[in-house]
Amino acid sequence: MRQSIIQWFRFASPQSFYPLAGRMIPWFWAAAIIFGIGGLWISFFVAPTDAQQGEGYRIIFVHVPASWMSMFIYLVMAFWAGLGLVLNTRVSGMMAQALAPTGALMAALSLWTGALWGKPMWGAWWVWDARLTSELILFFLYLGFMALQAAIDDPRRADKAGAILALVGVVNIPIIYFSVKWWNTLHQGSTINLNKAPSMAQTMLWGMLLMALSFWMYSIAVALMRVRAIILERERHTEWVKHAVE
Amino acid sequence: MNAFLATVRRDLLLALRRKSEVLTAVFFFVIVTSLFPLGIGPEPVLLKKIAPGILWVAALLATLLGLPRLFSADHVDGTLEQMALSPSPLGLLVAGKILAHWLLCGLPLVLLAPILGLQFDLDASTLGILTLALLLGTPLLSLIGAIGAALTLGVRGGGVLLALLVLPLYIPALIFGAGAVEAHSAGLGAGGHLSLLAAMLALAGFFAPWATTAALRIALE
Amino acid sequence: MQWNSVGEFFAMGGYALYVWGSFGACALLMIAEPFLARRRLSDVRKSLARERLADELELQQKNS
Repeated sequence: MRQSIIQWFRFASPQSFYPLAGRMIPWFWAAAIIFGIGGLWISFFVAPTDAQQGEGYRIIFVHVPASWMSMFIYLVMAFWAGLGLVLNTRVSGMMAQALAPTGALMAALSLWTGALWGKPMWGAWWVWDARLTSELILFFLYLGFMALQAAIDDPRRADKAGAILALVGVVNIPIIYFSVKWWNTLHQGSTINLNKAPSMAQTMLWGMLLMALSFWMYSIAVALMRVRAIILERERHTEWVKHAVE
Repeated sequence: MNAFLATVRRDLLLALRRKSEVLTAVFFFVIVTSLFPLGIGPEPVLLKKIAPGILWVAALLATLLGLPRLFSADHVDGTLEQMALSPSPLGLLVAGKILAHWLLCGLPLVLLAPILGLQFDLDASTLGILTLALLLGTPLLSLIGAIGAALTLGVRGGGVLLALLVLPLYIPALIFGAGAVEAHSAGLGAGGHLSLLAAMLALAGFFAPWATTAALRIALE
Repeated sequence: MQWNSVGEFFAMGGYALYVWGSFGACALLMIAEPFLARRRLSDVRKSLARERLADELELQQKNS
């Protein structure tokens, strides 16, 4: 038991995490591509045309995974940031920093695809629907996190300040979601509801699940690529980096 | 507790010596709310409908205006480091500073809101709810804002960055605060909104000084 | 399979703009992002290699 804990902590040092990440990246890419091909196949060739929404509903196969990932990545980011704050491990902070741009990308994709879905279904590019609004606020939270980290020159301080912001954000996300939902029901009782729109067929669920897995693997792969760059940038004056880059 | 009151007293005294800084935020609040009717038009029905939203957004921005000053002066002259080293817990002193900030930047807004509400043709009971909502909401804004102020302490581009960090976190306060007034006008009763606002205030009152202290310690390292 | 021709597939039952706009944006950004991440890594590596070279040259000059 003790042995295995020590084993885990060994990877918490940038020096051993850098090659490990390098070895893992191709596997995550392969998984992302395989799940992606399967998901795309189902979303275009297996899933039947929707009775109400025609072919337009197929946007769901990228919209929902992007929304899921944007929320999930924020949680993972806050987890790494909090871990870095408690255990004072350097890789945790770098991991949080590497995840933020991918999370922001997912939030942006979710908003973009949401708008493209909304136009034919609701007749407007943007509706102040509770979910879209919360997604927008989540996007702002990502931007704040990245801006704070970019503004602080000392990387250790940037990590810790970012960690506090991420944790405050995690506490606030449920409150924000709840308040937006409350606000939404108060102001537009009779308008559209995203829940009712597609009646979920079994194949649709499978398509969405595969696409979500693909997005997940993609996020891990790209975050690991970024964390490798961050490790080298921050540790450039250490001896091991000079040997690692031949 | 003595240290807490001493901090509040000290910050109030310092602010009274530099009155213009406090008054700037208050004037900002007055001017911004008066600009909206000029931009939108003087139609009473419309103004009455958007009044709570306008007053609340203006209050958010006015609070934001005072936030960068919350810790910066003490950081520059080294007082903050003395506070961190003092025997009384830093969290208590920070809470004192936040309370002083609210007394200087939040309370004047609460007191002015009923008068500004008259510009929008709000009736007496609506004005009462508006004031009550702001009374519960502005301390919440000061508490959340303090975390942002501590995080951006001594960071370049601090003021704009602070707005970017803090404004998304202000959204629940805005929704429930302005919502209380609207619910009251619609005859639904503002009780639910106000109690949620109070619950958030209690939550922030417990966690925010703690998070602010942690952020300050990082900035002082 | 519900498509009778390639044209029908690309028309997406009249929703082409919305469906391909969504999938296209995802594809574009999800190809661009790894590309940028890779470039960031190779940039650091290049500058590190340059530093190393400079160090070696300095060493040689001292020795000679």
